[in-house]
Amino acid sequence: MEKRVLAFFNFFLERFPLSKTWRDHMAGYYAPKNFNIWYYFGSLALFVMVCQIVTGVFLTMHYKPDAAAAFDSVEYIMRDVEWGWLIRYLHSTGASALFLVVYLHMFRGIIYGSHKNPRELVWIIGMFIFLAMMAESFMGYLLPWGQMSYWGAQVIISLFSAIPYFGEDLALWIRGDYVVADATLNRFFAFHVIAVPLALVALLFLHIVALHEVGSNNPDGIEIKSWKDPYGIPVDGIPFHPYYTVKDLFGLGVFLIIFSIVVFYLPEMGGIFLEHANFIPADPLSTPEHIAPVWYFTPFYSILRAIPDKFGGVVAMGAAVFVLFLLPWLDRAKVKSIRYRGCIFKTAVALFVIAFLGLGYLGLQPVSPVAVLFARLLTVIYFAFFLLMPIYTRYDKTKPVPNRLTENSDGFIISSLKKIMTTLCITKTIRIGSMEINIPVPTTFGAAAVIRDMKSSVTHWVDCIKNAINNVKSTGS
Amino acid sequence: MSANGVDLQKRRFLTLALTATSAVGAGFASVPFISAMAPSARTKALGAPVEIDISKLEPGQLVRVKWRGKPVWVVKRSPEMLARLNEVEEYLADPDSDMSIQPEECKNSYRSLRPEIYLAVGICTHLGCSPSYRPDIQPEDLGDDWLGGFFCPCHGSKFDMAGRIYASMPAPTNLEIPPHYYINDDRILVGESAEENS
Repeated sequence: MEKRVLAFFNFFLERFPLSKTWRDHMAGYYAPKNFNIWYYFGSLALFVMVCQIVTGVFLTMHYKPDAAAAFDSVEYIMRDVEWGWLIRYLHSTGASALFLVVYLHMFRGIIYGSHKNPRELVWIIGMFIFLAMMAESFMGYLLPWGQMSYWGAQVIISLFSAIPYFGEDLALWIRGDYVVADATLNRFFAFHVIAVPLALVALLFLHIVALHEVGSNNPDGIEIKSWKDPYGIPVDGIPFHPYYTVKDLFGLGVFLIIFSIVVFYLPEMGGIFLEHANFIPADPLSTPEHIAPVWYFTPFYSILRAIPDKFGGVVAMGAAVFVLFLLPWLDRAKVKSIRYRGCIFKTAVALFVIAFLGLGYLGLQPVSPVAVLFARLLTVIYFAFFLLMPIYTRYDKTKPVPNRLTENSDGFIISSLKKIMTTLCITKTIRIGSMEINIPVPTTFGAAAVIRDMKSSVTHWVDCIKNAINNVKSTGS
Repeated sequence: MSANGVDLQKRRFLTLALTATSAVGAGFASVPFISAMAPSARTKALGAPVEIDISKLEPGQLVRVKWRGKPVWVVKRSPEMLARLNEVEEYLADPDSDMSIQPEECKNSYRSLRPEIYLAVGICTHLGCSPSYRPDIQPEDLGDDWLGGFFCPCHGSKFDMAGRIYASMPAPTNLEIPPHYYINDDRILVGESAEENS
């Protein structure tokens, strides 16, 4: 009997590289042992994307891609289809969740230099995934055929008409009609359900193949492949399975708790995930008073609005996305990770985060002279972060990088939190019966210590910037 | 000719010729697919002219009509509104409508065939939103220099009561005026000019 079972499995193993694939990409794929919280977002993005495909298939069973029936069919899914509301909310919340985890995943790449040599191609393929995701979500947002769907698509397709000479014809070709109409809805459905998902799956495959060829980066930005044991295995590496599959499962659990809270209690997120105007059927004769794209497009949308010129605005918005492709070559630092970089890079990253979040916020607000002024300032910071990068990363003073991964791998956030907890609080012991519980209690004495610490770190930072400037001056002269 | 009897030059030529022929073939094969996305015959046929009755229009009132799926506005401007058109002229980007789309006979300071009746495509020349009609003078949200006109909520472009764009706005040109003519005193036909019809 046992022989028969073995023979049955061997039949497949001899004809299909299943065990080889498992060995190469899971149990025998050695990843650095110091992955931290930032490294959850890659596997989470994969999970959410699978979720989107599954929920999407079930929505397609009831949705009608027809300008006369689309809005009603979405309401039909929400009200009459068994569990339809859940499937649709999973899909709509999933779109926002996917962008959230992908933005964090990309930010991780920026701070730990994951895009640098030899991982440029991993980053470039990732950027194509990001572009495909933007196309996918934009076309998906037209499908409910609400007011925001309609006018959002109208605005974005009109972006193409800003191109000189053939722009108008291109926009007409994309729409298939003189305005956004049934033809547009129908083709967007085709792209959203067939073409772009196929491209996304292919790109995801390439992303992972390219990553596994060069190996994963890590929070220290040190290549683990330069220290191998006699068997050729990196000494600072651990097999992806079971170590990181288990770690990622834990991350998934935490993610699913937060995700479920949103799906069940805040699916519209106060008009940010599902905009209020989209509960009104599309009306080609009147634009809602205030239109804004979904939150994940607002940073780029703000840049578009900040430029007082039609074609210039479109070019700036395109450039804001395109400049990310060049990141591996803009960053000229000798070290990868932010842990071993100087204060100029850290300051630049902080300003970039402020600019990105600020632009995102402004993109949700109606236009006003003050908002436009701020948007222009933040747009300048956004582009300066990238375009000045070849200069400041070269002059930035870097710390020596150890040969091996560091033992204490607490990142900036965790170590700061620990520091605050230990200085701010004293430990009090509470007795309940025979049980003793230690709890941290904040004290005014501790608060004073934290303020003193902050003061000294600000002085330290100012000195650091001063030194860097002097450094630039002396090398320049 | 190489040692083992393979003509490498010939092989290279054939590879190149085959690649080039395939590329041309693929180019021709893509034509039906690219053309299939252009507006269909039915869509083009639906762009027929539309008739509008203006006999019941009150001064200051705006009506919207659908033509080729787009909103077309007809506004009856009051004498005060017409008088204010001269006041805003110096703040406009294209006061003489040189860069804008309109029939030749509408290229005047009223941008219309008859001064009191204004007709335009209600689509912002920036990114295609439909501006809101704001005939009110100096409202709180638009400021003290607002003398009535059209305001695009999407990106903040401002147009005067003749659909002319103010300077330094996202929209590059004045609102488009479609070809149209008066069938009689009370009826306008949108989508055809008088010459085309005659």
